[in-house]
Amino acid sequence: MGRAILLDKVNIPGIRAFEVYREHGGYKPAGKALLGMTPAQVQQEVIKSGLRGRGGAGFPTGLKWSFLDRKSDKPRYLVCNADESEPGTFKDRYLMEKLPHLLIEGLILSSYALGVKTCYIYIRGEFKYLVGILETAIHEAKKNNYLGEKILGTDFSLEIYVHPGAGAYICGEETALLESLEGKRGNPRIKPPFPAYKGLYDCPTVVNNVETLATVTSIISMGGDAYSKLGIGKSTGTKLMSACGNINKPGVYEIEMGLPVEDFIYSEEYCGGIKNDRMLKAVIPGGSSVPILPADLILNTAKGQPRLLTYESLAEGEFISGSMLGSGGFIVFDENACIVRNTWNLTRFYRHESCGQCSPCREGTGWMEKILYRIEHGQGRMSDIDLLVRIAKNIEGNTICPLGDAAAWPVASAIRHFRKEFEEHIK
Amino acid sequence: MLKVTIDNILIEVEEGTTILQAARMIGGKVVPPAMCYYTSLKGSGGKCRSCLVKVAKGSAKDPRPIPKLVASCSTPVQDGMVVENTISAEVQEARKGVVEFLLINHPLDCPVCDQAGECDLQDLSYGFGMEETNTREPRREYPVVDIGPLIKLHMNRCIHCYRCVLAAEQLTKKRAHGMLYRGDTIEISTFIRTAIDSDFSGNMIDVCPVGALTDRSFRFKSRVWFLNPMDAHRECSHCSGKVAAWMFGNEIYRITGRKDTFGELEEFICNECRFEKKDISDWVIEGPRKIKRQSVISGNHYEQMKKGSIIHPIEGTTEPQE
Ligand SMILES: Cc1cc2nc3c(=O)[nH]c(=O)nc-3n(C[C@H](O)[C@H](O)[C@H](O)COP(=O)(O)O)c2cc1C
Ligand code: SF4
Repeated sequence: MGRAILLDKVNIPGIRAFEVYREHGGYKPAGKALLGMTPAQVQQEVIKSGLRGRGGAGFPTGLKWSFLDRKSDKPRYLVCNADESEPGTFKDRYLMEKLPHLLIEGLILSSYALGVKTCYIYIRGEFKYLVGILETAIHEAKKNNYLGEKILGTDFSLEIYVHPGAGAYICGEETALLESLEGKRGNPRIKPPFPAYKGLYDCPTVVNNVETLATVTSIISMGGDAYSKLGIGKSTGTKLMSACGNINKPGVYEIEMGLPVEDFIYSEEYCGGIKNDRMLKAVIPGGSSVPILPADLILNTAKGQPRLLTYESLAEGEFISGSMLGSGGFIVFDENACIVRNTWNLTRFYRHESCGQCSPCREGTGWMEKILYRIEHGQGRMSDIDLLVRIAKNIEGNTICPLGDAAAWPVASAIRHFRKEFEEHIK
Repeated sequence: MLKVTIDNILIEVEEGTTILQAARMIGGKVVPPAMCYYTSLKGSGGKCRSCLVKVAKGSAKDPRPIPKLVASCSTPVQDGMVVENTISAEVQEARKGVVEFLLINHPLDCPVCDQAGECDLQDLSYGFGMEETNTREPRREYPVVDIGPLIKLHMNRCIHCYRCVLAAEQLTKKRAHGMLYRGDTIEISTFIRTAIDSDFSGNMIDVCPVGALTDRSFRFKSRVWFLNPMDAHRECSHCSGKVAAWMFGNEIYRITGRKDTFGELEEFICNECRFEKKDISDWVIEGPRKIKRQSVISGNHYEQMKKGSIIHPIEGTTEPQE
């Protein structure tokens, strides 16, 4: 394991600069595709690779691209979702900071495949320092004729624009992102229609995550078949994991899918074990929105199989004993961590970030936060625990966008696995 | 034409019809409640979640059920679709949940609220609310403000349906208000506290499903069920002049638009008709409006109970008649 595909060049000094990136093989895939492949062939490689969306939902990228309405005579758009704001997730930021040209090249390849002439990078407002880095990269690429009119002498032209958001988590949800990009309040849209038919300015649009689009560069470089041989089953390739919490070596790691969770936490190559040699208590494996799992269930599934870092293995046991790979934000808690306090903290986040459009999420997130605040501050009642479970259930699945689910799952799973701790807080 | 079955009743509808519209064509009990959807306001619906239904069969082509409940107001019918509303326990449970969410921050001030008696949330609570509250948290509170000389805004009562925002956007020339903030702190506000000033602004009162926006010229004048709503019209250069005049004896207490069975305005009316023409000589009174028998407004006996209302002697209940 430990194969670096996205981050293989990350330690090369000066790799942010166009020249250095190109010296180390950068923009070769773009040249290969634009001069020697049809757009359909590029898309075919992505389908073959088995790449799944790295933004959280894990939807097959090639399939998503095939939904794009190609009959419409309106312009098509590609939007790169760089709003990364999920607590625990900080991989896109790292990628953009270290390897901006890898993303730009991915955008060129993807736009070529999709027949897109205008591409937007919607970037989280707080990542101001990255806007300059990306714009410099775009400028360099343009100077070298990898962007702009008639790229490399072909008929393909492309402009990329960086658009900073105003710092709202909800603007990472793809339709809220599109609203925000159009200059409106970032409220998620009601689906259908899906962006593939009516996206940005009502035109056919593809929205993909930063890591997803950067990976397209690697796929064209090595070939879809070769990429699909990495990983296990339907979890192909590599994934960036952002590890944080009570571990010795927090940071961003590229793993080949299928790495056992135990190796990831304890090996020196990755997290380097729990800080101060404490015991592992729990892990949120895929960003704050996914269910938390206690130590025994994160290391092994309920059936006793070692838990692996794949979409399938992490989801095994569904919501009873499983979780999700999500966006790869790996949050580790040691024995001293307080689950109640952490759960309260997360509900505070979701309460603050709910757009307030639909009743279950608007009212439910606030209600859960108030109850958890009381429990954490010694004013809880035993009946509050079941009430929280009921509120979470009434939110889940009944909202416009998945933020409602994302707010409900952490609460439901924390109570499912750590009910005793809640009871002790109340007693 | 597409075939759709709602609560075991089959109906044929045109392509593009939503589940809610199809249910309204059937009428009666199968119609899901709608707090935010409003036919004549573009982009409305999908938000309150009280019209959630279960799609037990997606379509004839793809019979798989839709895993989540869907908002019937914004889900188009597919041919062969099977929808469950009142017959699905899951839907009824979810709706109870939605009503609970709508009520946890809504003040229980119906006794002093002008909307009582014609409030959609009141009806919804009778249908799906719990007898006791489960919340011990303080409700959110906002100051009551006048948005202009004609309309009062009680933000405490607002359920964030967006209807007034859409009405202002679509009916008036200068959009003057919208939604501020996020999450459970969002509020309707005029931009920079300006007064709402437009010929059609009064319709915001009519589209509000609760008592958040009320008519300042009618506040605390009377309970609606003491008044007799009459169809009335006049020559008007701004609107059709077709209104409902709410009368007590020969006095007009207030003017509103005419609402259909689903509580939606048949036509938007202008502010001159609504606020300035309160004298009976301004209007041609056509006759009493049809009010649902279940409504507390018809409890004033101004319309005779229809023949055919069956009183079950044993249960002592009255069969509702449209
Ligand atoms: C509340 C919410 C926040 C989200 N935030 C992000 C985000 O910051 N970055 C991201 O790539 N996807 C985010 N997503 C997922 C996007 O909606 C979308 O699925 C994703 O950008 C698709 O890209 P992918 O197919 O490449 O994963 C979020 C979703 C929700 C519901
Ligand atoms: S689920 Fe929450 S964030 Fe999503 S649309 Fe509804 S209120 Fe907004």
